[in-house]
Amino acid sequence: MATQPATTTRRTLNLNVGPQHPSTHGVLRLELELDGETVVKATPIIGYLHTGIEKTMEHKTYDRALTLTDRMDYLAPLSNNLGYCLAVEKLLGLEVPERAQVARVLLTELTRIGSHLVWLATHGLELGAMTVFLYCFREREDILDIFEMCSGVRMMTSYFRVGGLALDLPEGFEDAVEGIIETFPAHIDDYEGLLTQNPIWLQRTKDIGFISAQDAIALGLTGPSLRASGVLHDVRRACPYSGYETYDFDVPTRQNGDVYDRYVVRMAEMRQSLRIVEQALDALPDGPWRAEDPKVTPPPKQMIHQDMESLIHHFKLYTEGFSVPPGEVYVRIESPRGELGFYIVSDGSAKPYRVRVRAPSFANLQCLPKMAEGHLLADVIAVMASLDFVLGDSDR
Amino acid sequence: MNEKASITEKKLRDAFGSDVLAVSHFRDELTIRMTAARVVDVCTLLRDDEDLAYDLLSDLSAADYPEREKRFDINYHLYSLSKGHSVRIKIQVAEGESAPTVTGVWPGANWHEREVYDMFGVEFAGHPDLRRILMWDEFEGHPLRKDFPLTTEPIPFRYGGSRET
Repeated sequence: MATQPATTTRRTLNLNVGPQHPSTHGVLRLELELDGETVVKATPIIGYLHTGIEKTMEHKTYDRALTLTDRMDYLAPLSNNLGYCLAVEKLLGLEVPERAQVARVLLTELTRIGSHLVWLATHGLELGAMTVFLYCFREREDILDIFEMCSGVRMMTSYFRVGGLALDLPEGFEDAVEGIIETFPAHIDDYEGLLTQNPIWLQRTKDIGFISAQDAIALGLTGPSLRASGVLHDVRRACPYSGYETYDFDVPTRQNGDVYDRYVVRMAEMRQSLRIVEQALDALPDGPWRAEDPKVTPPPKQMIHQDMESLIHHFKLYTEGFSVPPGEVYVRIESPRGELGFYIVSDGSAKPYRVRVRAPSFANLQCLPKMAEGHLLADVIAVMASLDFVLGDSDR
Repeated sequence: MNEKASITEKKLRDAFGSDVLAVSHFRDELTIRMTAARVVDVCTLLRDDEDLAYDLLSDLSAADYPEREKRFDINYHLYSLSKGHSVRIKIQVAEGESAPTVTGVWPGANWHEREVYDMFGVEFAGHPDLRRILMWDEFEGHPLRKDFPLTTEPIPFRYGGSRET
């Protein structure tokens, strides 16, 4: 037998979680240094889903580049569309008609609910609440049906275009949204009934993954996670866009900054989003659904068959694209994950010179070590779920 | 909103004088270009001054203008949670020139600076952990530079044995 050392030193174990792992919400790799079950150090490693979207967008015309935005935060594609469109519209100085603005708010809030449903489903599943997973995905189908009704696509809709919407809202849209408004509150009650007072849920989430307001702000944490630490900051309130200032809704916050509070904030947000959807549905006016500016908006389809001018106009828009005056803008919106920012530099041509996407998941993930260190390995799963990041968003 | 933006410009001019290189307004946004070497002092003032209070670093990113001598723009998008105003601080660095890190002002700058390093090759002096974040460690090149091609296919093996670069 080898000679034993005079003193034994406590050594830590390096454990690699991911990138292929059912609970990392995508291709996230975590290097954990464990002392027994306790996490001493957590290092997130990202980039496994980096597809160079920003660079690709530099090589496409503005309207084609839009189709790439859906693919970043793939659980909230319309949010990405919205941020991008708002930035390009700001560069153009283009006004979006009322109908399109209201429709954008309505659909973006439905997107928020859909995204939070996936968050809740996966959060529940990872902590053992499998029923929640099935219920949430079933309800999300209703929302995806609406997106499909509008655009033909369930997820990567690219439904918002520069100047408004790609197509007008279809017949049956209002009834379908009405259906959701009526049935959803009871569903959210169901989820809360399963989780909010559940002793197992409380044990797994209370006082886990704490981050203080001060640390959160310093690290650039935004969205529901920031609000759960007591900071009342919502871009829809702070820098309103698309008419959000005209809607009546609360911005829920909590004070404890733990996994449980992040859960409570998002549940409350779903209810608030429903309020906005209801108001938007009531406020939905008739009228044009895209800016009637021939520079960016193609002519109506039937005109293409009738006159040469429309045909040429359509052709030019879909081949050359429209040019945008030189300038730079930074537009921020509140995606389900936090502040989603688009910094676009235009050089006067039909292709953006630089598109920088400030991804909320990227910044939020930076907080993972702070939240997870000192906790047990199982708590890391709860912390990751509570941060609600999407790797497509953080990696782009 | 315009008044608040002016406070930022005024205070920066008072404190940094000729290091304020350019001020521009476009749509409702204020952009102030500063001398790169002073960026830590600038950011510290912007964060700590009680009228400015830019406590949230929304974004730290870069853009490449290769025809310029100082080809890289580094943009700091700041927001004040208490005051509600925003500003874009811009510095320019040349290839091979490093910029000071602002991780001491906002720890959240850590990953953003790593991404700028990864994508553009700009080094941040004093950064605690400057390494690639999106690309893998052994990757060569800086993808978001304009002279980096959109698609490349590294050829790992060639028929005939010898590898040509």
